Amino acid sequence: MYRFAISRLLQAIPVLLMVITVTFFLVHSAPGGPFSADKAVPPEVIKALEEQYNLNQPVWQQYLSYLGDVIQGDFGPSFKYPGRTVNELITAGLPITAELAFYAMLVALGVGITAGVGASMRPNTMQDYLPMTGAMIGICMPSFLLGPLLVLIFGIHLDWLPVSGWGDIPGDKILPSITLGTGYAAYIARLSRGGMLEVLSQDYIRTARAKGLSERLIIVKHALRGGLIPVVAFLGPAFAGLLAGSFVVETIFQIPGLGRFYVQAAFNRDYTLILGMTIFLSTLIILFNLLSDMLAIWLNPKLRQEIRGTN
Amino acid sequence: MIFYSDKYSTRHHFKALSSDFKALLLLTIVFGLTGCGNNESNVSSGNKTGTLYWGNGTEPQSLDPQIATGVPEHHIISALMEGLVLKDRKTLEPRPGVAESWNITKNGTVYTFKLRDSARWSNGDKHIAQDYVWSWWRALQPALGNLYAYMLFPIKNAQQYYEGDITDFSEVGVKAIDDQTLQVTLNYPTPYFLQLLDHYSLFPVHQATIEKFGTADQRGTRWTYEGNLVSNGPFQLVDWKINRRIVVQSNPYYWDANNVSLKEIVFIPIENIVTEERMFRAGQLHVTSSLPADKISTYREANDPELKVAPYLGTYYYRLNVRKPQFQDPRVRRALAMSVDRQRLVDNITRGGQIPAYAMTPPGTMGYYPKSDLKFDPKGARRLLAEAGYPNGEGFPATEILYNTNEGHRKIAVALQEMWKKNLNVDIRLLNQEWKVYLNSESAGEYEISRAGWIGDYVDPNNFLDLFLCGGGNNRTGWCNEEYDRLILDVAPSKSSHKERLEVFQQAETMLLNEMPIIPIYTYTTVQLVDSSVKNFDANIMNAASYKDIYLQVNQE
Amino acid sequence: MADAIEGHGSSLWKDAWIKLSKNRLALFGLAVLIMLILTSLLTPLIAPYGYETQNLDMGATAPSLQHWLGTDIFGRDMLTRIMYGGRVSLMVGFIATAVALVIGILWGAIAGFFGGRLDAVMMRIVDVLYALPFMIFIILLMVVFGRNILLLFLAIGAVEWLTMARIVRSQVMALRNQEFVEAANSLGLSQWTIIRRHIIPNTLGPVIVYTTLTIPSVMLLEAFLSFLGLGIQPPESSWGLLINYGVETMEEFPWLLIFPGIALSLTLFALNFLGDGLRDALDPRTSKD
Repeated sequence: MYRFAISRLLQAIPVLLMVITVTFFLVHSAPGGPFSADKAVPPEVIKALEEQYNLNQPVWQQYLSYLGDVIQGDFGPSFKYPGRTVNELITAGLPITAELAFYAMLVALGVGITAGVGASMRPNTMQDYLPMTGAMIGICMPSFLLGPLLVLIFGIHLDWLPVSGWGDIPGDKILPSITLGTGYAAYIARLSRGGMLEVLSQDYIRTARAKGLSERLIIVKHALRGGLIPVVAFLGPAFAGLLAGSFVVETIFQIPGLGRFYVQAAFNRDYTLILGMTIFLSTLIILFNLLSDMLAIWLNPKLRQEIRGTN
Repeated sequence: MIFYSDKYSTRHHFKALSSDFKALLLLTIVFGLTGCGNNESNVSSGNKTGTLYWGNGTEPQSLDPQIATGVPEHHIISALMEGLVLKDRKTLEPRPGVAESWNITKNGTVYTFKLRDSARWSNGDKHIAQDYVWSWWRALQPALGNLYAYMLFPIKNAQQYYEGDITDFSEVGVKAIDDQTLQVTLNYPTPYFLQLLDHYSLFPVHQATIEKFGTADQRGTRWTYEGNLVSNGPFQLVDWKINRRIVVQSNPYYWDANNVSLKEIVFIPIENIVTEERMFRAGQLHVTSSLPADKISTYREANDPELKVAPYLGTYYYRLNVRKPQFQDPRVRRALAMSVDRQRLVDNITRGGQIPAYAMTPPGTMGYYPKSDLKFDPKGARRLLAEAGYPNGEGFPATEILYNTNEGHRKIAVALQEMWKKNLNVDIRLLNQEWKVYLNSESAGEYEISRAGWIGDYVDPNNFLDLFLCGGGNNRTGWCNEEYDRLILDVAPSKSSHKERLEVFQQAETMLLNEMPIIPIYTYTTVQLVDSSVKNFDANIMNAASYKDIYLQVNQE
Repeated sequence: MADAIEGHGSSLWKDAWIKLSKNRLALFGLAVLIMLILTSLLTPLIAPYGYETQNLDMGATAPSLQHWLGTDIFGRDMLTRIMYGGRVSLMVGFIATAVALVIGILWGAIAGFFGGRLDAVMMRIVDVLYALPFMIFIILLMVVFGRNILLLFLAIGAVEWLTMARIVRSQVMALRNQEFVEAANSLGLSQWTIIRRHIIPNTLGPVIVYTTLTIPSVMLLEAFLSFLGLGIQPPESSWGLLINYGVETMEEFPWLLIFPGIALSLTLFALNFLGDGLRDALDPRTSKD
């Protein structure tokens, strides 16, 4: 198992290198440098600024020195916010986005698994149709539609919940988490239903039933582990999706997280912030994918043997 | 099979969790609801503690007054720092700031300021005249990248120093005669000079703090951050969480601290104005930075006193790239300008009480009301266009309106596109680019028509008309008229009476309008929501809030 | 195993169709899809008003007899806007999916068919790309290269082809060892012909299913990008953009949000049900009886 993890981590390094390189050259080829402003900027001033940020060096040189810094964990200064470092900005936004993703994942897993497992227990009845149709609605309603609707109903008309912010007012974490998590809850509901149905039709389940075990015990003790495999496999892409979805949700609810920073940085041509965040997020996703793959292997004895075999 | 039973317990807990999750979720919601019910809104708690919650648009890039540009930065800096001379919050007349008095001699070229004895920095240091000499020296260092360096150019030799013609700063016209006396010598009499002193680029900065964190001309050091910033104004910086809030508290060392009522101001950066309005309604803000156009009529019809609309010293206009073949003929440019129904635009599209503009300088700028013969005249426009060689719009080459991505600009561009189609039968397309790219395209002259806006830095027609000087960096149209330059640069400053100056400006303005390298569209207004508990909030044309005067008081029902 | 399906004599496709027709939701989805495609094609002919026709004095009005779905703040007819927006949204959906399809099928077929080291390398690349935060790259691409509709297709297609490649590959690998391939080989057909004429047609089942499911997620992705200001640019409109505008004024003019919202959600709904139904129908495990 450990060898698997290590080999995957080693494989991740060229991936990250590619990410850094591609992003670096993409960002530097964008029109409109970081110092264009509404008021005319005298050319000497631009020159002085570029010198200070090493932008007057040939791109290759900048790339190499940047690479050197990144290896030491230094993402450099932000262009847009003079005096702030990228590390500082990431550290400011990360806990918030992480918390948002966590709550959204809770919503997604909790609601999704419950609905999906429940549906699989009585297929083709109301207990199945209702949650599955609900799930479909969840998938088809984009978060930038759902979010404002929830805000309108619960925030304005009923005045039950705050309309923006994160951690400033009690209850302001509820709407954003629900908005972000709903689409994934729907997906997970479908996946778990499918997985559970497959497992429940297996022979050993029939045997357990014949033995007279209660339905609840069967589900929990025998079926769940296999039935949730598709969900576990989905965790990696779900995490990546949550990060992407956070861009939109953070914009709607004015949450000061990484997503909002990233969108701003792209528009501001804050080269270092864009690069730093891309690298950081890619690393997170790779790690999370690895973790979820390891979890899947752990749960699925067949896969485990495969790994042992190849190693 | 330790593994298995471990997993079993995990699974079991997981399943138990998920089946109880619904209950948990319900509980959280109930908690949140009850929590909310008991929780006070920002406005009501702020009214009790003297804390003002101010919606502030985009996150400020910097609070260094010699680097910052932009209205959000301006608001915060004017709470933290103060210049020699203030402006009256209603009339904008000069009022004593750090300087308790001044006199002007030698035909208006020498200003002698007497600084208060009680002037202090927020760390207790004495605030003396030398601070200004050093600060203005710093403002003129090219490496700093101060976009407002030109605000100091009325000072003798300042421009030459900035451009490197003079290297000895002592030749620049600012001297500290003693700790309490500052003498400033100008190139020629500049009636608006006292106004300039209220602009943040001429605010004093704390030398010891700056030098602690880097060299004076190093851009982007940490000296402005929480825990570091030392300032001389009514408030001091207490907390700065990016994208979240900037908190300032009253400065006990401020010379007028006894008269400052607010204890704290919380500036909240909110980019989305629709969200901001909702936050206001939810009681999370005392003041918003603006208001979406579609909501204005709702508030107007309800006669809501919280809606505040005030004229703003700024002009919304379109630049015409006179280097492009179709815009080389002034008749084409005038035709376009004459076929815009500005009244309809401000009534139906922008709806913020804006005033249609038929000249570049806003009316009422220091007593200046520009005369203009421009009006909405589609027939006349069609005639001009035909004379210029495009009868009924035939043959008019592909033309695009360039604007930066923004709902408001888009709406206006769409409306104008339709007006030009309807009135002149020319097909104009729209191109939006995001801010940085748009700036680039404009500066590089890669556009045909481009949306633009200019907010005045000080109240004087000069600030609007000198945009279009031949070599002006803010010109960007390619238009160059030497006679115009002469009027603005040589003739106007030489006049001794304000009235005569205005007459010269009128001449220049008429020249500008005859040739129409730009199409004025409307004069800005500030539209915002202000909670009824906020007192002494007086909207003025500079959109400058006087934080030392504001106080919070709940109306007795 | 000898042919056990006697008497009914049905091919996979006919089987599938019978199963599908029993699934009412899927049929509903199919009906919606056909109606949408027809409407989109005919829009220039049947739209009640011009696309850009403004009426500034009228401004935004609620649904009425002249304007079935109301008007927007420029006085433009919403029914027309939604029809044209649908054209754009569907076009993005289909074309971007087509891009993903072509790349994915070729990639997966080649990897699956040749196997060995080529397969290992090709699938490693897929795995690597799968791990990347695509939203970030698309944002970057759109910001760097400007908002070109062509670029939008390519960018979205470049994200979606990965799963397609995986699906095709596993199908191909299963097929590769079947007898008819051996037969073709012994007939002397070139590898490429075999791939083209025999393998790919037999992978169509899962491919069709996945395509039907990709189109809605592409449309959703486009709507997201439009929300951030990076997707379709005015004066063109897509449903995503219309929803975006509607959100801003949803309290004053709710119909500006409701109708485009329904249009988008309904389409996504329909396509998803259709895709689900196709998947069930083409799955040989579920019997048609």
